[in-house]
Amino acid sequence: MEDERSFSDICGGRLALQRRYYSPSCREFCLSCPRLSLRSLTAVTCTVWLAAYGLFTLCENSMILSAAIFITLLGLLGYLHFVKIDQETLLIIDSLGIQMTSSYASGKESTTFIEMDKVKDIVINEAIYMQKVIYYLCILLKDPVEPHGISQVVPVFQSAKPRLDCLIEVYRSCQEILAHQKATSTSP
Amino acid sequence: MVLKAFFPTCCVSADSGLLVGRWVPEHSSAVVLAVLHFPFIPVQVKQLLAQVRQASQVGVAVLGTWCHCRQEPEESLGRFLEGLGAVFPHEPWLQLCRERGGTFWSCEVTHQQAPAAPSAPGEDQVMLIFYDQRQVLLSQLHPPTVLPDRQAGATPASTGGLAAVFDTVARSEVLFRSDRFDEGPVRLSHWQSEGVEASILAELARRASGPVCLLLASLLSLVSAVGACRVFKLWPLSFVGSKLSTCEQLRHRLEHLTLIFSMRKAENSAQLMRKVNMLASVLLDVALGLTLLSWLHGRSRIGHLADALVPVADHVAEELQHLLQWLMGAPAGLKMNRALDQVLGRFFLYHIHLWISYIHLMSPFVEHILWHVGLSACLGLTVALSLLSDIIALLTFHIYCFYVYGARWAVPSSLRKPQSPGCSSGMGEGAALGRPWAWGPADARRAGPSPQLFIGTLLFTILLFLLPTTALYYLVFTLLRLLVVAVQGLIHLLVDLINSLPLYSLGLRLCRPYRLAAGVKFRVLQHEAGRPLRLLMQINPLPYSRVMHTYRLPSCGCHPKDSWGALCRKLFFGELIYPWRQRGDKQD
Repeated sequence: MEDERSFSDICGGRLALQRRYYSPSCREFCLSCPRLSLRSLTAVTCTVWLAAYGLFTLCENSMILSAAIFITLLGLLGYLHFVKIDQETLLIIDSLGIQMTSSYASGKESTTFIEMDKVKDIVINEAIYMQKVIYYLCILLKDPVEPHGISQVVPVFQSAKPRLDCLIEVYRSCQEILAHQKATSTSP
Repeated sequence: MVLKAFFPTCCVSADSGLLVGRWVPEHSSAVVLAVLHFPFIPVQVKQLLAQVRQASQVGVAVLGTWCHCRQEPEESLGRFLEGLGAVFPHEPWLQLCRERGGTFWSCEVTHQQAPAAPSAPGEDQVMLIFYDQRQVLLSQLHPPTVLPDRQAGATPASTGGLAAVFDTVARSEVLFRSDRFDEGPVRLSHWQSEGVEASILAELARRASGPVCLLLASLLSLVSAVGACRVFKLWPLSFVGSKLSTCEQLRHRLEHLTLIFSMRKAENSAQLMRKVNMLASVLLDVALGLTLLSWLHGRSRIGHLADALVPVADHVAEELQHLLQWLMGAPAGLKMNRALDQVLGRFFLYHIHLWISYIHLMSPFVEHILWHVGLSACLGLTVALSLLSDIIALLTFHIYCFYVYGARWAVPSSLRKPQSPGCSSGMGEGAALGRPWAWGPADARRAGPSPQLFIGTLLFTILLFLLPTTALYYLVFTLLRLLVVAVQGLIHLLVDLINSLPLYSLGLRLCRPYRLAAGVKFRVLQHEAGRPLRLLMQINPLPYSRVMHTYRLPSCGCHPKDSWGALCRKLFFGELIYPWRQRGDKQD
């Protein structure tokens, strides 16, 4: 079962949340971030080239112009490969674990998998981000030493940063699965 | 809990048979290791499984049946398969079925005992997870989970389910030794069933490594014995040996080689990786050194270098003389004390004159020295670089002397605490004598102005007014010394890099990323309602930064002992700095 809804992030950009229900024990949430806008790309390229041209008129060395072109190209490639995240996915599988995948604009994917034994709970937390107070979804990990303690807080959807309405949707689905998992794990 | 069946991808197209593997009850997972084909004799199967259990300490058993047929299994086949559950009793009994050419599977789990709570029927009973057996066998999880219990079937509940799967597959190598070309009593399907993988080169290397290691270990012990003999412990040689970075580097490399060729086998994979990384580092070192050697000795470059060396030294000395002449005048418009200026300037000029005479004395031998030094590059690039650093230190010895003179007397310990009776503390004591607020009852007993007070005040005033001149000399020589130290520091950084780079681990991460695993990742395969969920488990490789961090070789230990703050404080107060001091040297 699959459905798609649109939400907005903390800055007002449009996000698309795709929910896939594979089975009662396996759900996937896919958040698509706004793409790289042509306007900002043109603005940055023009600024860099104007600065390079200004330096060129000062120094009369054409290497500056070629260097500016290389810097722009390499900078764009580096940005697409290391910085710009296109999609963030949360896959939650009952009795196996939670997997978070970030897909970059160049196609690279970076995945983290947390086993269900280590997960204590999934909560919505508040944080102060620059001048705003925002909500974010995070996974609490169990402390191996202390049974009621928390060893780590892993935030989810860090670069998409959706608003509370989107987070509540995801939170509700995850809690259903966690409750089911807790119920079946206590019974022999 | 949902039952997780880990199924190897190599058995997906295997013929029908029995599922052989291990059941992990704590995580409700069944790890299928191989498929046993019909026809078989149950007694022989049980014997084989008992042998495997004893050899590998893994609780291998028959977990269920696998059916790969043209259409839905017929009644008779279905009953035959169920009957097998009585021959090989196992709780729970798995029945996997797949249509030939079809994508969807069906799974059934039968529990002999009635379940305590009724579980949801249908798709939620079983989850199928496909894994690549070869990759899981060869990979190693980071951080390594320690599984202390090696009894059959015992796993501490604190380890994760996935670590148990990796451990099971890794320890069941005994099961994978037979392939379908063997004339054994049973036919198994697993990742080696198309023929056991082996490499002639690896086997030859393994056979040859024994005697080679023995020979090299004895040679190295001979070298270490020579190095440890008493001649080297006597004062001049031990002092020189501790100061030169070449000796330190040679000692470091000798330690590495002794470890690589030692006759003890590596106990765990971390030690094995470290050994191989050291070997790779030594080989890279020697290769780079030989390249440098061939470059140096070709086209008489050594001759050119030797010819250029003496004029360069002359040029440096000339520049220093110009600098001193400038200091003896009015440097940067500052007014210096003429008499002291002349004295200090002439003193240092005489030193430079001595140094130039020394260089000119050495000039006929420079080419021979350089030729022999260049030969040392065959021991490794790091040795050549350390030698270069030592040569720079020797050639700029005069700058070091100037710095020491400047620090010791040109900045008398006006701000230093009087440490020992022997050390000069003219201004310190003078300052102490001249303090009016230290006047107390004991001082009041002393009648009249004492001679000590008079001399102390005089000394203090003179030294205070001479401070700008001496401080300027100190500043100039300290800057020169810092420049030399910076150059030496860069060379040491390069040497450290070559010493500690884990080349083999980085190469492994590049070419065989599944060998170094940070974890796993799952992908949901095509799913149909009513069928069990199918997932593909893949290895998530370790990022390069963690590879570097985990497998970094320990470096020489020649790191600066002071932090930046302590360094600035020492420079300001005129204490001597020894940036590359080794451990255990006594302080000056």
